[in-house]
Amino acid sequence: MCVKLSTREIEVTIPNKHGLHARPATRFVQLASKYESNIEVIKDNIVVDGKSVTSMLTLNATKGTSLKIRATGPDADEAVKELAALVESGFGENDQKDG
Amino acid sequence: MEIKKGIAVSPGVVIRPAVVLDAEEYHIPERHISPDRVDDELKRLEKALSQSTQELNELRSTTAKQLGNETAAIFDFHLALLKDKNLINKMRQLIETKHVVAEFAVASVLREYAKQFLKMPEYLAGRVKDVYDIERRILHRLIGQTHQRLIDLDEEVVVLAHDLTPSQTANFDRRHVLGLATDAGGRTSHTAIIARALGIPAVVGLKDASISTNPGDTVIIDGNRGIVIINPDEETVEEYQHYLQKRVEFEHTLDQIRDLPAITADGHEINLLGNIEFPEEAQTVLEKGGKGIGLYRTEFLYLGTETEPTEEDHYRAYCKVLEIMGDLPVCIRTLDLGADKYTQSRSPVPERNPFLGLRSIRFCLQHLDLFRTQLRAILRASMKGNVSLLFPLITNLTELRQAKMIVRDTMEDLEEEGYEVRTDVPIGMMVEVPSAALQCNQFAQEVDFFSIGTNDLIQYTMAVDRTNERVSPLFSAANPSVLRLIKEVIRAGQRYDVDVALCGEMGSEPEYVLLLLGMGLRTLSVAPPAIPEVKKTIRSITIEHARKVARQVATFESDKEIIRYLRDQISQVLPELY
Repeated sequence: MCVKLSTREIEVTIPNKHGLHARPATRFVQLASKYESNIEVIKDNIVVDGKSVTSMLTLNATKGTSLKIRATGPDADEAVKELAALVESGFGENDQKDG
Repeated sequence: MEIKKGIAVSPGVVIRPAVVLDAEEYHIPERHISPDRVDDELKRLEKALSQSTQELNELRSTTAKQLGNETAAIFDFHLALLKDKNLINKMRQLIETKHVVAEFAVASVLREYAKQFLKMPEYLAGRVKDVYDIERRILHRLIGQTHQRLIDLDEEVVVLAHDLTPSQTANFDRRHVLGLATDAGGRTSHTAIIARALGIPAVVGLKDASISTNPGDTVIIDGNRGIVIINPDEETVEEYQHYLQKRVEFEHTLDQIRDLPAITADGHEINLLGNIEFPEEAQTVLEKGGKGIGLYRTEFLYLGTETEPTEEDHYRAYCKVLEIMGDLPVCIRTLDLGADKYTQSRSPVPERNPFLGLRSIRFCLQHLDLFRTQLRAILRASMKGNVSLLFPLITNLTELRQAKMIVRDTMEDLEEEGYEVRTDVPIGMMVEVPSAALQCNQFAQEVDFFSIGTNDLIQYTMAVDRTNERVSPLFSAANPSVLRLIKEVIRAGQRYDVDVALCGEMGSEPEYVLLLLGMGLRTLSVAPPAIPEVKKTIRSITIEHARKVARQVATFESDKEIIRYLRDQISQVLPELY
């Protein structure tokens, strides 16, 4: 049997005030780790592992940064959709409280 | 071969492979392992990571219950770091390619990462403390593994560490730990005391010996000359083996005076007793020729286990000692903890200055349940032998009176419950702070005996932390002000007919034995292995000579002059010691 390895890619913009700091990065990694697919996050031409919090933080993605989320694997479709939704919701953070 | 010079604190020589115990709060040195241990080291790392993850998961769920999910989310970042392949692979790589110990791999990868963090925008740089927190957590597990190993060893080893705490040494496999060496510490540090109690060689104040030692290295600890030799060459090993043989012969000559009384050459009998920490040491006191226990330290009942000792735990330990000692006196000191994990973990905030904080009798008077539990056990045990009760760190009359009142209350409670209790158990106090020594005439009217604890008395008189190697030279028993305080206490004892004992390390050094007998002291309590040498000293000197020495010492101005004079005097009497 052959596992279907599809690649999906989606572009998102960081909406929250402090960008991709520790807590949002952790949420992202927690969600990404639930998928079997390989997850990569790309800023300009830097590609990092979306399941590694230390790698995510090196992106230094501030508010308004645009990122590409790329998933490769059996559940790539669902992964990019859910991850993009997380980013667009501002990682479930309330910016007022986040000051 | 590397030779390190330190302070000899417990005599003897030992040659064994090293176990190195790192300190969590200090710099982790780059230590190496042999290539065939790489797999074991990777397993250690893996275990420490999974234990840390488990610990954090538990912490997260209790925090979530108590403070809500939002607060608990702090730990998610920590958990994400622990799972981070990027970090873990770097750690594994260091172990695999550079053959470093797991501690160093963890510390160097996380420190490097923390550095990167600090370069990031301010709101991220603050998270660097999370990285340090994770580092501490993993190191705690790794160092805990080494410590765990020391509890149940399958080979004889020596332990090298930056420093050793009572809670670390309490669980050591005492049959297999044959020597101690630490970077920190002075003559009266915990390491020194425990080594002398166990009768194993120890050298402290080595500055960086533990850093230069790799686990498994062959190490010679020379507790006579105060040196540690890492990876000695063949010639050195042979030299030491030859020495060890001769030492056995010398000890044999000391054994010959074991059954002879501790009487000076001019016929004055001296009460020579032993200090113990563990019940089984009572046997050693007898074997070495001691005539009782002058100081039974009970802290190890508290430090050896996770839970607080019960009345029965205390009772069993005390009965064991009394059974061994028969009719001979046994002086049990109540809990004397402070400045350690036990009391600090029961403190709402860490004390800024624990040596001047809630310790010893102060701690007991504020934790009456704990105090009563111990007193009940001591009083019950008093029916089984010749027990006396000793309070540590008394600083004023109110404390002494409070403590005595609690003893009376406890006696009454026990009698009401139908226990038989001796009501005439002698009650004494340690004189180990200047305020107690200065008021000794008042105290003498309210106690049955004094016990001078010179270790703390020197520390508090000279205002010097004896474990801080940068100031430890100030810690000297020969300081004229210390000697004057001791003299006052001996005089008060004579005036009010109160027994005065001395149980500090000072009492086991021949030159001070000469001086103290001259000052009028007649009871000495020392670590069991030191008893034969002290007895030999006592039997070699006359009180007449000792008195002359004490008078001469009183005219000197500095500890250096005094030490020089005392060594000169004692070497005339006991040339074989020097």
